[in-house]
Amino acid sequence: MSTKTGQQHPIGLYLKIWLLLFVLSTMSYLVDYFHISGYLRWGLILLFMLLKAGLIVAVFMHMAWERLALVTAILLPTFGLMVLVALMAIEAGHTHAIRQLFFR
Amino acid sequence: MSAVAPVAAGARGLVSDWASDRQAFHVPWGKAMMWVFLLSDTFIFGSFLTGYMTVRGSITTAWPNPSEVFALHVGGVEVPLLLIAIMTFVLITSSGTMAMAVNCAYRGDRVNAATLMIVTAGFGELFVAMQAFEWSKLILEGMRPWENPWGAAQFGSIFFMVTGFHGLHVTGGVILLLIIAYKLLRGDYAAAGSEQIVEIVGLYWHFVDLVWVFIFALFYLW
Repeated sequence: MSTKTGQQHPIGLYLKIWLLLFVLSTMSYLVDYFHISGYLRWGLILLFMLLKAGLIVAVFMHMAWERLALVTAILLPTFGLMVLVALMAIEAGHTHAIRQLFFR
Repeated sequence: MSAVAPVAAGARGLVSDWASDRQAFHVPWGKAMMWVFLLSDTFIFGSFLTGYMTVRGSITTAWPNPSEVFALHVGGVEVPLLLIAIMTFVLITSSGTMAMAVNCAYRGDRVNAATLMIVTAGFGELFVAMQAFEWSKLILEGMRPWENPWGAAQFGSIFFMVTGFHGLHVTGGVILLLIIAYKLLRGDYAAAGSEQIVEIVGLYWHFVDLVWVFIFALFYLW
């Protein structure tokens, strides 16, 4: 077990990230409020989602200051999920097409 | 040191090779294990959300419009997603207070750390209460896991499963936070010489917030 002291960062930094998360949440809410639709809607939702997730993981969960061994061990496997998402998107599109043909 | 220790063969060798005091992660084991747990939880929620998207992308019936289903009637106007937006802000705020609790704990300020953890748990409980209100409202309006008045039947089952699983995580986090805040105040961790546990429970709490970011975007806003 390591005796290294834990992650310590100024409270001011946390407050700034907190504020930023508030702004980003408001912006993603406004996407719905102003009925933005289509690819612009999905693009904005994903953009704000990824920015928020990145801030939480990097600053609140201190990933930005961890050693690369831990960062890669935790973050790289999540890309496996991207493969699942891609495969299931193809699968869903295929199922949808078949249903359009036979179950209308 | 030049002499090389004899290497055991067979099953004993297998054990010694994997247990020879090598350390990959230079963090306390509790923190490394929390991260591994959170990674496995990521896969659970990742599978839920991918399953949900697969269902939503493959059905031919119309998906209910979450913007209308989750609208609240305020002052004669329908405000879309109002409760969900407030829940999002509550959870983000609880993440902020948790981050400050970690900071206080490492500075040795036990009272403020425990207070901030209790505040965090309070926001968490408020979130669960609002979720309970939302569930009750939808159930009264006729939402069931197998049918609902607004469209595709799968909407209900996915909603109850995903938000229920997340709510369960929040509830577990609240209990964990209260126990650790109590033990911190009692001085258990000061005696052991480490406040790491506050950062570890903080990781769990931020993860719960992180999952909500994805649920909010992919289920409520999509």
